[in-house]
Amino acid sequence: MDSETATISADGHGGHPAPTSFWRKYIFSVDHKVIGIQFLFTSLFFALIGGALAMLIRTQLAWPFREVPGFFPTSGGVMLPEAYIAMVTMHGTIMIFFVIIPILSGAFGNFLIPLMVGARDMAFPRLNMYSYWIMVPAFLVMLAAFFVEGGTAAAGWTSYPPLSALADMVPGSGMGQTLWIVSLLLVGTSSLMGAINYITTIVLMRAKGLTTFRLPLTIWALFITAILVLLATPVLTSALILLLLDRGMGTHFFLPDGGGNPILWQHLFWFYSHPAVYIMILPAMGITSDVISTFARKPLFGYRPMVYSIMAIAGLGFIVWGHHMFVSGMSPVLGVTFMTSTMMIALPSAIKTFNWLGTLWGGNIHFTSAMLNAIAFVAMFIIGGLTGVFAAATPVDIFIHDTHWIVGHIHYVLFGGSLFGVFAGLYYWFPKMFGRMMDERLGKIHFALTFITFNLVFFPMFILGASGMPRRLADPYQYEFLAPLQGLNQFMTYSAFVLFLSQLILIGNFAWSLFRGRQAAANPWQANTLEWATTSPPPHDNFETIPVVYRGAYEYASPLIAEDYLPQHRWLDGATPTTVPQPAGD
Amino acid sequence: MSSHQISRWMCIMLFLFAAACGGGGEGGAVEDDEAGASAVVDPATAGRVSGTINFTGTAPEPQLIQMDAEPVCLEQYDEGPFTQDVVVNDNGTLANVFIYVKSGLEELEFSTPTEPAVLDQQACRYHPHVLGIQTNQTLIIRNSDPFLHNIHPQPVNSRPFNISQPTQDMETERSFPAAEIMIPVSCDVHSWMSAYVGVVDHPYFDVTGDDGAFELPNLPPGEYEIEAWHEFYGAQTMNVTVGEGESVETEFTYEGE
Amino acid sequence: MTVESISTFGNEVDSLFLIILIVTGFAFVLTEGLLIYFLIRYRHRDGSKARYIHGNRQVEILWTLVPGLMLFGLAIYQTGAWQLIRQILPAESEALVIAVEARQFEWHPTYPGADGRLGTDDDIEAPINVIQVPVNRKVIVRLSADDVLHSFFVPALRVKQDAVPGRPISLWFEATKVGQYEIACTELCGLGHYRMRAFLTVAEPADFEAWLAEIEAR
Repeated sequence: MDSETATISADGHGGHPAPTSFWRKYIFSVDHKVIGIQFLFTSLFFALIGGALAMLIRTQLAWPFREVPGFFPTSGGVMLPEAYIAMVTMHGTIMIFFVIIPILSGAFGNFLIPLMVGARDMAFPRLNMYSYWIMVPAFLVMLAAFFVEGGTAAAGWTSYPPLSALADMVPGSGMGQTLWIVSLLLVGTSSLMGAINYITTIVLMRAKGLTTFRLPLTIWALFITAILVLLATPVLTSALILLLLDRGMGTHFFLPDGGGNPILWQHLFWFYSHPAVYIMILPAMGITSDVISTFARKPLFGYRPMVYSIMAIAGLGFIVWGHHMFVSGMSPVLGVTFMTSTMMIALPSAIKTFNWLGTLWGGNIHFTSAMLNAIAFVAMFIIGGLTGVFAAATPVDIFIHDTHWIVGHIHYVLFGGSLFGVFAGLYYWFPKMFGRMMDERLGKIHFALTFITFNLVFFPMFILGASGMPRRLADPYQYEFLAPLQGLNQFMTYSAFVLFLSQLILIGNFAWSLFRGRQAAANPWQANTLEWATTSPPPHDNFETIPVVYRGAYEYASPLIAEDYLPQHRWLDGATPTTVPQPAGD
Repeated sequence: MSSHQISRWMCIMLFLFAAACGGGGEGGAVEDDEAGASAVVDPATAGRVSGTINFTGTAPEPQLIQMDAEPVCLEQYDEGPFTQDVVVNDNGTLANVFIYVKSGLEELEFSTPTEPAVLDQQACRYHPHVLGIQTNQTLIIRNSDPFLHNIHPQPVNSRPFNISQPTQDMETERSFPAAEIMIPVSCDVHSWMSAYVGVVDHPYFDVTGDDGAFELPNLPPGEYEIEAWHEFYGAQTMNVTVGEGESVETEFTYEGE
Repeated sequence: MTVESISTFGNEVDSLFLIILIVTGFAFVLTEGLLIYFLIRYRHRDGSKARYIHGNRQVEILWTLVPGLMLFGLAIYQTGAWQLIRQILPAESEALVIAVEARQFEWHPTYPGADGRLGTDDDIEAPINVIQVPVNRKVIVRLSADDVLHSFFVPALRVKQDAVPGRPISLWFEATKVGQYEIACTELCGLGHYRMRAFLTVAEPADFEAWLAEIEAR
């Protein structure tokens, strides 16, 4: 019986025996846990590359055109402006498409979803395997772009035509841009495969008793994210194909000589890329909710409002894309509508923030590495969100659009938010993935260094932005009004070097703990969700017997028992899967 | 995949990435001197062709180049600067004319000179305005100004390239593998800048200066077609015969309005 | 904003920035303050136990409505400024109309000649990257692009507008102070993007006329 057809029931595992050969076990595996770990390792690798690119960018901004030892051999070590904008392009592209999205959706999504819903694997295990392996040619093609004539794409990760459509406008718009497009088409395909799997699994393969409103927020977030991926990615795919046609087939979708409109690309691109930022933040929000509740030993405050807020963020996320285009030449009337919708999307994020605070209030807070990172998510996301309000304000955006204000804002939500969320998830689920504990002391040192230097690098960007410093300038100090900012940029660069080096602590801790970490128990954090109901790591088919669920995911400090946690699957006298639903709001 | 294998793969990829950073760029890369047989020109029998490029009539008024936004350049000019598309010398000759042997040398092969040619960007202009170079000969492009110029030649017979030089004294080396008359060179940051490079596969070329004179020495005896090229007035050809040891004087004449 | 504001609507942009700064600053202090307080006050100590509470409907309603109304209010409050800056252009008869064409990597300004209209034979081409305007006079810039996207950013005027090939777009401003200010390109346009710099001079009307006459004569 093959796994695709037999798995619309939580118990069945398609009847196939566990794989035995090395290749089937670790390389071409259909096991969601292995696939999740594959996504994790490759994403961490690309995080190093993306981080190295960031160090190059910061070096240039501190000392423009100074020789960089070991790099840029064809120009005497000097980062030429065409190389700088290529660095900027690839840093954004790699971090978004090869780090944050694959880690949150690919790694955590794959690993956690079947475990947290009580299934033995995803609905479509083989499709799942393909979703990882199609990323491999995507990686290779994107890396190959660095080595072709003209170098890699250099039109920004936003790739606006005509710059990205006409090969002679910048060296990177030759073969490099074509490879960039091809790579992203492959990434999009991978995302869609994953989304189909996640939605099907969450809707159809939940354990008995795991009703919709007993799902942990990590699952809600991954579920809504998968819907976003499903609906938004095809638009990017289409836009990329149109761009490819304009580049090579003589069409004029985006080229004015021939009746095309460059602004059309922006609409199509941002129609995907704005939901994409929610694709990048929602899973981290879900993880944060679960980690905070677990280590505050307290139920999540406002579970239903939290769920509805995720839905609102996703829904509103489809009608705000024009806020990237206020000065693009788009009709000014749309400036009013998009400003309003964008202001409103701050609301569900604010509600979530208040509910996280509500979860901490009255809690019994344990400061593990995972918890520290989850708290940092909240603190940094507040800054990221609030600075977004300035950008949403259309008249103010006239000034701060395309300046470092925006760079600061996006890094507060993507690094301060998503990446700290990733760190929280890593420290939290490492024991479940690998059966060993990470070193807590190293975790705390990594956290402290990262948190401090992160703020030293990125908070000054709001000062730079308010001073009018544009993005993507290879040498901003050519302008008199920006020359005084070089000192601040140098300070930020030194901080960035320490920030990057601090990640070595995480890598070292991660690698060392893989082999030498303390053995992990099934439920080392005494948490409530179903993944902790099995061994660390789980067996091939996840559970000895599929658990039955009697309650929601956040029954900490329950008066029913002596312990301060009450797992979802733990049977109590009189409990049935359909017992009285847990209290909605006290 | 074990962590050890991952780490090794990471190291290899990072090394490759670090070593190759620089954007690649094969268009016009410097090549080695050709190892082909070089024609040996017997000095006992070699002749020369020389002469002047005359100009009659009225030349168009040179246009003022408005370098107001680049004061570092503008202050280096006492007057002007003016466009260089037609420069008539005081002695009634035409400057910036490229003269070369168009045909008659087909049986001979010439080695690539090791000495590079130099195109300098200084005070927001190219120096020289018209340059001759041999195929595969190294061209050193230098930026003598303290800010960005980019060199953007648009050859037809070779691969175009576009490379920036953001700082003063930066030098870039390129060469052209195929002959072409003439390759326009421009800067995208200063659109008034213009130069022309003539690429030939032999050393018999010259550019007229402020005396309007040209010289093609050390030419083996034979029958040749000589061409003069001017960016505004176009090309003119002439047949000359060079006897053994003969020195041929000739002249071209361009007419203005 | 740290760059001096020298346009009529620039002060409005700056005061909007300040209002948002105050509102978000207040939200920042409140939320981060509570966060830090809770982390200290509710940290684990021997024998401590968390409250078994799942939420509170009243407080949810409160912190939905209050921020919701504030955000919506902020949006509505700003539509006036946006309309002034971007939706309503002054009449061409009462403004100085200049054409600015952007191309890699220069700004090419053109002024109307004696007939006062652009697009006619007597148009005056200003030096590349040099724009001069009279103070206290409405100016309309007809922005176009020759090759790729560029963006016309004058920090001191609080003006920014993308230049789109194939689509001329007009923007307006009125400068209130004499001086020289920089113009930057703020849409990535290639390797010379960082050096695509122009200079705006705001001059007394007499000086402006003299300058215009001088460049016409060149």
